[in-house]
Amino acid sequence: MTHEILMAGFGGQGIMFMGTLLAHAGMMEDKEVTWMPSYGPEMRGGTANCSVVISHEPVASPLVSEPTALIVMNRPSLERFEGTLRPGGLLVVNTSLVDRRPERQDVRLLEVPANEMADRLGSLRVANMVVLGAFVQASRVVTLHSIKQALPEVLPQHRHGLIEVNVKALEAGAALASGGQ
Amino acid sequence: MREVFTRPKSMRKVVMHYCPGCTHGIAHRLVAEAIDELGIQHRTIGVASVGCSVLAYEYFDCDFQQAAHGRAPAVATGIKRVLPDRVVFTYQGDGDLASIGTAEIVHAAMRGERITVIFINNAVYGMTGGQMAPTTLVGQVTTTSPGGRDPRHCGHPIRIAEMLATLEGAAYVARVSLHDPAHVARARRAVLKAFRTQLEDRGFALVEMLSSCPTNWGMSPREALRWVKEKLIPQYPLGEFRVPEEEARP
Amino acid sequence: MGERILMKGNEAIGEAAIRAGCRYFFGYPITPQNEIPEYLSRRLPEVGGVFLQAESEVAAINMVYGAAGAGARVMTSSSSPGISLKQEGLSYLAGAELPCVVVNIIRGGPGLGGIQPAQSDYFQATRGGGHGDYRTPVFGPASIQEMVELVMEAFEVADRYRNPVMVVGDGILGQMMEPVVLPDPKPLDSLPAKPWATTGNQGRPPNVINSLFLDANLCSRHNEHLQEKYREICRREVRYELVDPEGAEIYFVAYGTTSRVVRSVMNRAREEGIITGLIRPITLWPFPQEPFERVVERAKAFLCVEMSAGQMVEDVRLAVNGRRPVHFYGRTGGVVPSPAEIADALRKVLEGRDPGA
Repeated sequence: MTHEILMAGFGGQGIMFMGTLLAHAGMMEDKEVTWMPSYGPEMRGGTANCSVVISHEPVASPLVSEPTALIVMNRPSLERFEGTLRPGGLLVVNTSLVDRRPERQDVRLLEVPANEMADRLGSLRVANMVVLGAFVQASRVVTLHSIKQALPEVLPQHRHGLIEVNVKALEAGAALASGGQ
Repeated sequence: MREVFTRPKSMRKVVMHYCPGCTHGIAHRLVAEAIDELGIQHRTIGVASVGCSVLAYEYFDCDFQQAAHGRAPAVATGIKRVLPDRVVFTYQGDGDLASIGTAEIVHAAMRGERITVIFINNAVYGMTGGQMAPTTLVGQVTTTSPGGRDPRHCGHPIRIAEMLATLEGAAYVARVSLHDPAHVARARRAVLKAFRTQLEDRGFALVEMLSSCPTNWGMSPREALRWVKEKLIPQYPLGEFRVPEEEARP
Repeated sequence: MGERILMKGNEAIGEAAIRAGCRYFFGYPITPQNEIPEYLSRRLPEVGGVFLQAESEVAAINMVYGAAGAGARVMTSSSSPGISLKQEGLSYLAGAELPCVVVNIIRGGPGLGGIQPAQSDYFQATRGGGHGDYRTPVFGPASIQEMVELVMEAFEVADRYRNPVMVVGDGILGQMMEPVVLPDPKPLDSLPAKPWATTGNQGRPPNVINSLFLDANLCSRHNEHLQEKYREICRREVRYELVDPEGAEIYFVAYGTTSRVVRSVMNRAREEGIITGLIRPITLWPFPQEPFERVVERAKAFLCVEMSAGQMVEDVRLAVNGRRPVHFYGRTGGVVPSPAEIADALRKVLEGRDPGA
């Protein structure tokens, strides 16, 4: 199975970090992974997106044009990428910042009020971790355990104080996805 | 019999290709004498440029690299960064340094590269046959300014020493002339200082030498030397424009 | 060999250079390769090396010339417009027979072009690029692991032949992250001796680094020597990958990033029962002739895919030499051909049509 995941939002939402964490967790599970950011002027404040491919086989192209899973953190990302998701794919929507329902009926939808949930945890900045926790729980691309293991590897040493709140956010998201909330 | 005049050790025993009356030979000798006097022949690496002195590596008896046109300061930078305990000098003409190589010389000076630059200013492109240089005087006739240099069309001559002296990285900047023995003696001291500046790790050093080009000026060697004195020096005043700090204190 | 770590391509290039014994880097900012100089500006001082940001690409390549002539392992990197500026220096480096490694993270051109991935500098890279009859070996890796290995190998090849070696990638290879196992660093005392370098002539006659030969006969003899060296490189340094499954009739030809998109297409085509092969040149110069000889008899046609208007396809045509049809599909200006587009081109070739038409 090859998972081709596209995640998108605006700059500052931690899209790249979310992707890096996912790729890192995949690597720790001895899978083949690639992580590819959008780059150039658009990364300065505009939209940000990155593609992560996780597979049991060597990854052919790191570019994801038809994702098997799509994570949208804001409305413009839904507008831009909804149509690219493969039929039967998983669509994760941050409903805090997306004020319309997706049009696609042929995909699996997971709605996460990530900003509200992050706010309740005391830090809006972990909305990305709420979404990632929910996504991992729903997709089983990697285990939540691997994501937690990857956190101290990916976060620079001086940010390790943030691990705890990130873990809480991951768990809250996972709980939501498994119907626990 | 006492030997009163001999070839510097740092010069090879070969016949130079320079024209009769050209002062490149004197400039070469001053550099070689400084290298001998400082005892640095076997740890000196020269960088030849493109121009009449393109074959400098055949005249100096030390390691040499031949650089692309204008790029000698960049090449010297590469050498010096790899071998900081060696002595690195470039030998460049005015087309090379003051035209195509302005970015390289300005930034080498800005960085305070520990290199010594010998800059030959003879107000003309020599090797290519006497075309106008950025240093050509107003009104001076060359093969590409047949009516004389017109400042409204191609500007006024560029004063490199003064320009570079504005940069903190430049530790020693001087302009000398080679038109008579007294000035040659002063030039010799300037070259020594420029090498000492490098040996003492003070920064970038450059000696601009007003030089004659009888062939392309269409003059006899003697007329050419007089032209240096009467025409070039008024445009390019002699002196030290920057000296290492300790020395500058009264 | 260590553990797998997740690394950005550009940073992996920097680390590979250090592990190859490179201690000097001269460069100038340009997107999308900035992580290479940024990484080395941090790392080189840690290992006793020097990173210097030059005033221009022209100055940077000439600093490389000076450092290479002084006997150092040295590298510069840039992207297409900057590589154009370095061509003067590359010609001098080739003429003066100085080893160095030059990385080109290619972006769409011509002119300022864009910053998205391209392979439109193939001609420039494989034909010499600057003035004069010279060549530089060109490595075109397709993954970050291969990038690391080829950057390290590039330094060996450069020293072996006293010649610049180029490594080409694009914004995808530079910006993406993949797990990579970094080879052990080469001990500095194992690097080849360079008795020709200008280090000060203590106890030996002066060394001169030079590409000037005013006598035409001497210049011609120098050229013959260079050509002999290039022939030797063609004999010994060709690298390629051949994917040749039983039953393949159409063979893709692609390198670098494009070869990975092609692999996606090959995987999907196989699910539909269409079996295809792939010739992936790893050295773009010298161009691999051998894999074409191995498959040309049973191949029906070749389909060359590039992120250019058709550059490598000329070498493919030379290699196939009229024995089979050679088709081309490419996208330009920074657009990466999509799997669907390539699959469509494949379909046309299978139907005996020209995908470029």
